[in-house]
Order: sequence, then C-alpha cells, then structure tokens
Amino acid sequence: MNTLVLMIDGVSKRFGRTVANDNISLTLARGEIVALLGENGAGKTTLMSILFGHYVPDTGRILIDNVELPQGKPRAAIRAGVGMVHQHFSLAPNLTVLENVLTGTQTLWSLRSQTNTARKKLLAIAERFGLKVDPDARLGDLSVGEQQRVEILKALYTDARILILDEPTAVLTQIETETLFSTLKQMAAQGLSLIFISHKLDEVMATADRIVVLRGGKVAAERQASQTSKAELAELMVGHRVTRPTREANVPGEILLEARDLTVKIGGVERLKRVSFHLHAGEVLGIIGVSGNGQAALGQILSGTLSRSAGELLLFGKPMDDLDVAAIVGAGIGRIPEDRNGDGAIGEMAIWENAVLERLSSFSKSGLVDRRAGMAFAQQIIDTFDVRGGNPASRTRLLSGGNMQKLILGRNLYEPPRILIAAQPARGLDEGAVAAVHSRILEARRQGTAVLLISEDLDEVIALADRIQAIVGGRLSAPINADQTNARLLGLMMSGEWKDESGADDAI
Amino acid sequence: MMRFEPREYRPLYMMALAPLLAIAAALVLAGILIAIAGAPVIEAYRRILLGAFGSRLSATETLTRATPLILTGLAAAVAFRARVWNIGAEGQFYFGAVAVAACGSKMLGSLPALILIPLLLIIGAIAGMILILVPLWLRLRFSVDEVVTSLILNFIAVLFVSMLIDGVLKDPMAFGWPQSQGVVDHAMLPKLIARSRLHIGFAIAVALAAIVYFIQSRTVFGMQSRAAGLNPSGAAFAGVQLGATLVKVACLSGGLAGLAGAIEVMGVKGYVTTDLSPGFGYAGIVVAMLANLNPLGVVLAAIFTATMFVGADGMSRSLGIPTYIADVTVALSLLTMLIALFFTQYRIRRWAR
Amino acid sequence: MGALIDIIASAGLWAAVLRIATPLIFGTLGALLCERAGVLNLGIEGIMTFGAMIGWLSVYHGADLWTGLLIAAFAGGIFGLLHSALTVTLGLSQHVSGLGVTLFASSFSYYIFRLIVPVAGTPPTIVPFQPVAIPGLSTLPFVGPALFTQTAPTYLAILVALIMAYILVRTPVGLAIRMTGENPHAAEAQGLNPMRVRYGSVIAGSALMGMGGAFLTLSAFNSFFPTMVQGRGWICIALVVFASWRPGRALFGALLFAFFDAFQLRLQTAVQGVPYQIFLMTPYILSIVALAVMSRRARVPQALMQPYRRGER
Repeated sequence: MNTLVLMIDGVSKRFGRTVANDNISLTLARGEIVALLGENGAGKTTLMSILFGHYVPDTGRILIDNVELPQGKPRAAIRAGVGMVHQHFSLAPNLTVLENVLTGTQTLWSLRSQTNTARKKLLAIAERFGLKVDPDARLGDLSVGEQQRVEILKALYTDARILILDEPTAVLTQIETETLFSTLKQMAAQGLSLIFISHKLDEVMATADRIVVLRGGKVAAERQASQTSKAELAELMVGHRVTRPTREANVPGEILLEARDLTVKIGGVERLKRVSFHLHAGEVLGIIGVSGNGQAALGQILSGTLSRSAGELLLFGKPMDDLDVAAIVGAGIGRIPEDRNGDGAIGEMAIWENAVLERLSSFSKSGLVDRRAGMAFAQQIIDTFDVRGGNPASRTRLLSGGNMQKLILGRNLYEPPRILIAAQPARGLDEGAVAAVHSRILEARRQGTAVLLISEDLDEVIALADRIQAIVGGRLSAPINADQTNARLLGLMMSGEWKDESGADDAI
Repeated sequence: MMRFEPREYRPLYMMALAPLLAIAAALVLAGILIAIAGAPVIEAYRRILLGAFGSRLSATETLTRATPLILTGLAAAVAFRARVWNIGAEGQFYFGAVAVAACGSKMLGSLPALILIPLLLIIGAIAGMILILVPLWLRLRFSVDEVVTSLILNFIAVLFVSMLIDGVLKDPMAFGWPQSQGVVDHAMLPKLIARSRLHIGFAIAVALAAIVYFIQSRTVFGMQSRAAGLNPSGAAFAGVQLGATLVKVACLSGGLAGLAGAIEVMGVKGYVTTDLSPGFGYAGIVVAMLANLNPLGVVLAAIFTATMFVGADGMSRSLGIPTYIADVTVALSLLTMLIALFFTQYRIRRWAR
Repeated sequence: MGALIDIIASAGLWAAVLRIATPLIFGTLGALLCERAGVLNLGIEGIMTFGAMIGWLSVYHGADLWTGLLIAAFAGGIFGLLHSALTVTLGLSQHVSGLGVTLFASSFSYYIFRLIVPVAGTPPTIVPFQPVAIPGLSTLPFVGPALFTQTAPTYLAILVALIMAYILVRTPVGLAIRMTGENPHAAEAQGLNPMRVRYGSVIAGSALMGMGGAFLTLSAFNSFFPTMVQGRGWICIALVVFASWRPGRALFGALLFAFFDAFQLRLQTAVQGVPYQIFLMTPYILSIVALAVMSRRARVPQALMQPYRRGER
C-alpha cells in the first residue's frame, strides 16, 4: 500500500512496579488513520507520550521514515515531524493564540520574534485545513472546541506529518466531534498520518482505517475497521465478554428532591438557567451532557457548597435553603464528586480520615474525634466494598482511581442514603471498576435510594437511568423515559436539539 | 540523569532522623565558616555546648531563651500546617509585649497578682491576634497573599512600638534610653529556678505545646484545619468552613506569637525596648520547620535553636569570631531541614527519566 | 499647604525620587523576572542585603565601583542558583525556601562583614558613584538637576526596565519565559526545557536583586550596616503585584512609591508635632494598600508557585 512513516519496535516502559507498556510494536503508513483503543490504564497515553518524547522507554526504538528517533526529547520528535494534540490541552490561557503556537518554534536567542511572518503562516495553515482562528485572540476567551483547534494548529505549524490525538472528543459536543473527524479525514487525504487514542467504539469504527487494541500494556489485537465489529472490539479491549450490569424493572416511590425553575450563579454568571427536575425514591435520573454545560453548578448546589439565586429547590418537600454540607450529609444525601482527587478525598490523609471527614458529627464526641470508631468504619467499607491497596491507617493517595472511587462510594452507601448525587462516577476507571461502580448504584436504587446521575457517557446513562434529561448551556430538557429513546436521539439532545414544554424548539 | 520517585511509606525512623541529619549538616557547614575565621572548629563546637549547658546558669539561660522560641515556633507551626503563611510573628510579638507593658503598669497595676498575671497574658495574646487580623482580612476580602502583608506589617509594628515608647509609654526614669515603663513588680512571672532567669513562662510554653498537640491530633477542629491546609477544595467539599477555619487558625497563631512577647516582658526584663526581639519571630519559622510542624517537636527544636544562640554567643566572644555565626547556623539548618524532608518523601533513581 | 507646594516644587525632591527608586527598580524587576517564569523568590531581602555588603566590601578593598556592582550581581546569581535548586529541582515550597535564603543570605552577609570589618565608632566609608550630568539635558531648568543629573546605576536601572519590557514581549526567549510561567507542561510539549528556563530566570532575576542591594552601599549611602535594607525587598514583591507583572508598570510603581517615600522624608521637617515614626510607616502602609488594590485585578502568571515535575500532567 503506502510507505511506512512510523515504526514502533518493541517498546517497554515501567513506572515503579507498574508495567505501562510491554514490548509494543506498531506501524503507521502514510495517509493512514489508526485508532489506538483500550480501556483506561491500558497504556495508550504512555505509548504516545513516549513517541512524542515526554518519556524515555526502557527498551525498544522508534523509526520515522526509517530514521531512528532520539528518545526523550519533544524537540526531536517535533523536528522529525511528530505533533501531539494532548488530552488536557498544552495551552496557556493568558497568552494569545499566536503566542501559544509560536512558543519554541524560533531560535531562542534571536533578537526579535518574527510575528508577522508567523501570523501569515498560521493563517495559511488554518485556511488549508479549515480550522478558523483569530491569531490575536486571548486563548482563555475561546471555547473548548476553538482551543482544540489551536492545539491542532500548533502541531501543523511545525510541519507535523504524523499527528497524535489523545482522546480528542472528550470535551466536544456531537457537532464539534463530527467536524473534527471530517477534518482529520481531510488531513489524511492530504498525506498526513494520524493516530488517535480513544475508548469510544463508535468513533473508532467510523473514522479509523485500522484499529490497534491495547490491553494491560500489550498489543492485544489489530483489526481493519471494515472487518470488525463493536462487540468484537469491546471484547478485545477487556479480554472477556463484557457484561455491565443493567437495571431491572423497579417501581419508583415518592418524590424526594424537586427543583422548579432553579437558577444558580457562579461568580455572577448564570450557570443553571431555570431548570426543573424531580427525583423519586428508587429511580435513577440521568443528566446527560458534555462537560462544561452547568454540571458543576448542579453538583455544587446539591452538595451544599453553593446557594441558589432564584427558583425553588425542595428536599423531602421542604425548601433546601441554608443547608450546608454537614446538614445535607446528615439529611441522608450521599455525594460522589466529579473530581475524586481534588474534591473527593484528601490524598495525604489516612483512609479512615477520608471516610469520616464529611460526617464528623457521627464520629466525634464533644469536639473530640473518635478515632477507634472511625477506623472501624473504614475497615467495614474496605471489606464490604472491596477497596484494595491499603488499610484504614494508610495514606489515601496510594489508592488507585478505582479503589478510591470504591472508598468514596462506600462511605456514602454503607448506610443506604435517601438520595445519591453521582457526578461522572465511572470516569477514568477500567472496565472492572466501572462494573463495580454501576452495580453499587443499581443496588442503591433497588434499596430505594433516589439517584441523580450526572454523566457524559451515553452508554452509562442508557444502562443505568430510568429517566433522562439533557443539560446544555445551563438548561435542562424535559425528562424522557429511557425506554423511549436511543443513543442517536440522546446525542441530538446533548447538542441542544429538544422541544421545551411549549412545543417550540429550544436549540442553543 | 537523576530522577525522583515518591516514596509510598515514610518510616518513622526516617522522620526522626531528618532533623538530626539536618542539624549535623548545618553544623558542618557552620564549621567551614568558623574555620575561615581562623578559629579551631572542634573547640568551637565544644564551647557552644559548654556555653549552653556547661553550668547551671547557662542551662537555665538556654531554657529561658527557648521560651519565646517555643511560642513563636508554635505560632508558625500552627499556621503553616493550615497553609496560612503567618510571617508576622515578629510584629505580633511586639504587639503582645507593648500591650502588656501598657496595661501592666498604670492601668491594671493595682490588681492582685493571681488575677493580674493571667489577665496580662490574655491581653498579650489578644494583641497578637489583633495584629494578625490585618493580613487575614486582606486575604479574605482582597485575595492578597498574606506572606508579603504580614512581613511588611512587622516593620510597621516595630515603628508603632517605637512611637509608643517615645511617647505615651515612655519611662521617665530611664534617663533617655528608649524603653517603656515597666510592669508592676507583682506582675512579673515567678521564677522556676531560684537565682536564675528561668521563669514559669517556660512551663507555660511547654504546656501550650502539649495543648496544641492535643488540639491538632484529637479534636474536630484539628482534623478540619489539617484538611484545609492539605487540600482546600477537598476540605470544602467535606463541609469544612474554610473561612471560619482560617480565622480560627490565624487567631491561634497570632495569639501564640503575642503571648511570646507578653511572656518575654513579664518573665525577663519587665519593660519593652525596640530590640526586645533578636528575630524571635523569624527564628520561630526555623523552629517550626525543624520540628516538621509537630508541636511537641517544636519544644526540642526551640531548645536546639536556643542552644545555638546562647552557646554560640559565649563561644564567639571567647574565640573572637562574629556572633552572627549563631544566626547563620540556624538559617542553614532551615535549608538543610528542607532538603532532609525532601528525601523522606522521595528517593533518587539513577535512570534517565 | 504652602509647605507642601514648596516640597513638590523643589528639584531636590525629584532627584531624590529617582535615587530612592533605583534599588526598588532593580529589585522589582528581578522579582518580576523570577515570577514570570513561575517562581516566587522571597530570598530578595537577603540577596539585596548580601549584594549591599559584597559590593561595598569589594570597593573597600580596592575594586572600582562597576566591578563592585558586578560582583554583587554575581553573588545574587549564586543565591538564585541555590533558590532554584531548592524550588525547581527539588520542588520544595517556594515560600519556605525563599525565607530560608533570606535568613541565610542576611546572616551570612553580617558574618562576613564583621569578620573583615571589626566594630568601630564610625563605620568605614568608600567613595560612592557620583552623579553624572547628561550633556545638554542636565542644563534644562528644573528637569535638569532633577532628572538628568543622576548616578550611572540609576540610568542603568531605567534602561534595564525598558530592555526587559522588550525582551518579554518581543523576543523568543521572553515568550519562553512567559510560557513557562503560564503552563510549563505546554512549554515542554513545544520543545522547551522549563527547568532550564526557570533556573535562568531566577539566576538572572537574583543578579538584578543583588545589584539593587549594591546600589544602597555604592550610591545612596557609602557604608554598610546591618538591617540597612529595611524591608525594601518585601516592598519590591508587593510592587510586582502592583505592576501586574509588567516591567513598564514596575518602573512606574517604583517611582510612585519612591515619590511618597521622598515626600514623607521632607514632610517630617516641614510638619511639626507628629512622631517621625508615623512618617516612616507610610511607605510600608502604602505598599500594603497597593497590594490590596491590585491583587484581584492583576493577571497572575498561572503556574506561579507550582512546582514543575516531569511527566506529571
């Protein structure tokens, strides 16, 4: 077919005791789009980081156009024509688009930055690939999609011929995703070779020519996209038949939580605009949407860390004003935060301390902490929820993501709460942990807990939720029953296409 | 090329070893400076120890010197643990001292000792709290970093005290020396050991160290303030009221520093001068770091620092080297302690990346 | 009122403003450079002290004034190297490391000074920088003696401010520094070495701080005595925030501050009955006010005070 532009040969990398990449070999042809597929922790980002020079591999070598690539230097990779679009953008919000692109591209000690020439070159490239930008805009003022365009332009500006994209659609809407992939196909047609990392089977099947599946740090399989199926890929990713728990029929109980025309402001800006929802005992209400559309505000107001600006929020029928975190937890509301490392746990504290910190009133007497009760509680959580990696006295940051999430779930679910607010509960976890988290949520539902699930994962919401509302730009769509919808309809709702109560279209 | 790898466990022996190694390293480096001055190094070390603990008099002197250091060390430790950067202990010290001098002379001088002494101590602590409220308020209201404000406030505080000493609190019997009026005699703290300068302030300081330790390790407030220092957003999510916690921690810290000034006045001289503190506030930071912010360790670290000051004082005089060698050694031990702490958290791997 | 106008109208005041501003300009620019790369350098008070001492000591031992200034800069750079090693390589708390450097540099400078210059009734002096009249401009009425008859380091300070403004915004190395201070991982992803950039900025910034200190002993005063820096270093740190991390504004801020300081000095003789300490307090109070006013609005370099560790994204 085409010439090989890239050959990764026998690359291995270990961090401490964890083997991230184990003797991986991979090729890429000119104009080819390869998807690197695998669940979280499979080693995809590590491998690409090695390719781009963020890490030095323990063994193996990398050849670009048959020339060996010096390892461990992003500068060498860039010079060899490799560009990387990182999952968490490598951008500085305070600088302009042009400055972000220009960094590192000129000889360090020259007396003058060639901004005019650079601006012309940038606009030409933008034109060629259909990626519109304003070079003098401040990067922080751009939308997420626009910022990603700058990430891509950075790579193209340095004449990248091999482009790596790490989970590029994680923060994009449906429409932005479609635009991105058509751009990528255009680039491939123009001779660029692309590798993109993903764990979303739909995208991979639709866009890639060839798919490489990583599992546990090794190459598990390679398939041509035209010759495989989602089911086969899912099984290859996990290594066995994938069974995620699904919900069984359940009769919902009374309404425990209700919002009517609720408006919430953060820093003077409205983040939730007149949203309404209600939550029954024994049901899961799924709030589906791409990150950044008001989920943070929703999570915060239900967690007790924010107060409302307008509208009503009723808990067990009574207004929820003046309830701080302690009162909310005391009322039987469990909260699973979106940022488990930042908000969910204090890494340097012991496991037992993280187990009791948000409910100290139950574990203290006259101002003194009851350490023994706290340690016992932590041990119970560890045993019941299968938290591995430490004992009650060990430091929490030693736990893996999945185990930390089990700890957070455990402290909330040990005594079944009346309401559970779960924000992105399975994000970043491997299949085993995802299944564990989902089955715990369904178990709570079975025991009568009212669950509010905030998620950006369509599959998760379809599997767990009884009713679904989409959140876009701070507004909520009307609820629809999960049985009466499908992934395509939900995808449209996530882009803002829904009809509001009056019947008129409510596109953003 | 070197690479640092975080350790999973920090064994207890390593935590205890760190300050000892740090001090040893600091002493070695100080030894170089002593050698440059032309003095015999080992002899110098010997004289430091002798000067600090060689006689009953010097031992009591060392402990007397350690008293304010324990308190400013506690002030720094309490604050830093909650990530409140209170560098204003120096100014808070002076405020406490001057408050006590003002109230303990004319105003309340007629009260009996049993009431007067505790009252004055409380007044001193409150004075320190009042001063720390300025950088605290600036941080809460204007998001101003409290490091710079508390530092600059030290200079303002000393000028303010100097102004009071020149004016309202002037001691008319001091023949022109700038010093304040003294507290009444029965407001002075009784001695711990007769015929020495060691006063019960030392016992008070040690008791406070134990109390602070108890608060930090056993109480709800202690756990919450620790959480707030380690991970503010995580603590807020768990219901810790960050603002209120900040205020309480700051008041505790400022109060301890103010108390240090009060005790120094009531225990040693009885009046305030503008050189009452040879840098107790700043030395307190070193003490806190040497103790790795542990209140009980602060007592030991304070005694070490006092040993350096008292012992090096005598040593430098008898060997003819500048007295600043004590300050240099103490400053070096802060730097070496930082490095030692680093190695308790990370190990070196000799890979390339 | 008449007294106030007299003060403002005197050329002597404005000459003093520039003189007082000079160490502040050097110090603020130095701190600004460090912070733009993401490192808070609280060692400034100690570095200025040491610079003052070593510059003076060199001249006392026969070096010429410019050599003294250079030695002070070099010494400052060494302390900058120490601070970098602690904060960039080891990633230690920038606050505590900086305070440690200040305590060490100050006490070390006093020690060395006392070792070489024993205590005397009056401290020994040197011949400091003399004012240099700029030909032509210095003959202008009022502005001439006020602005154009300053010592050479003062002109140098203003020049450095202008050069730094240019470098930061219009050169690749300036962009590298700014990117490192905003997002070191992004800098690394584009082929730069953020650790090297931080080291370089901190060392260069500390050299400027050393020079600022040396100005005190080689130009403003002509002898060295302990605690002569009197918190100027901390004021520079406040001025960096006031200047929103921009060299041009730093120059303005230093001049503004120096104006109030010079003004307050002259006010002491003009106004009777107010304790002199009140006047001395005003510069410090002003810098706190400046901080309060600018803290929320200033655009902080986003990676300031965050240690950069490879691979940790």
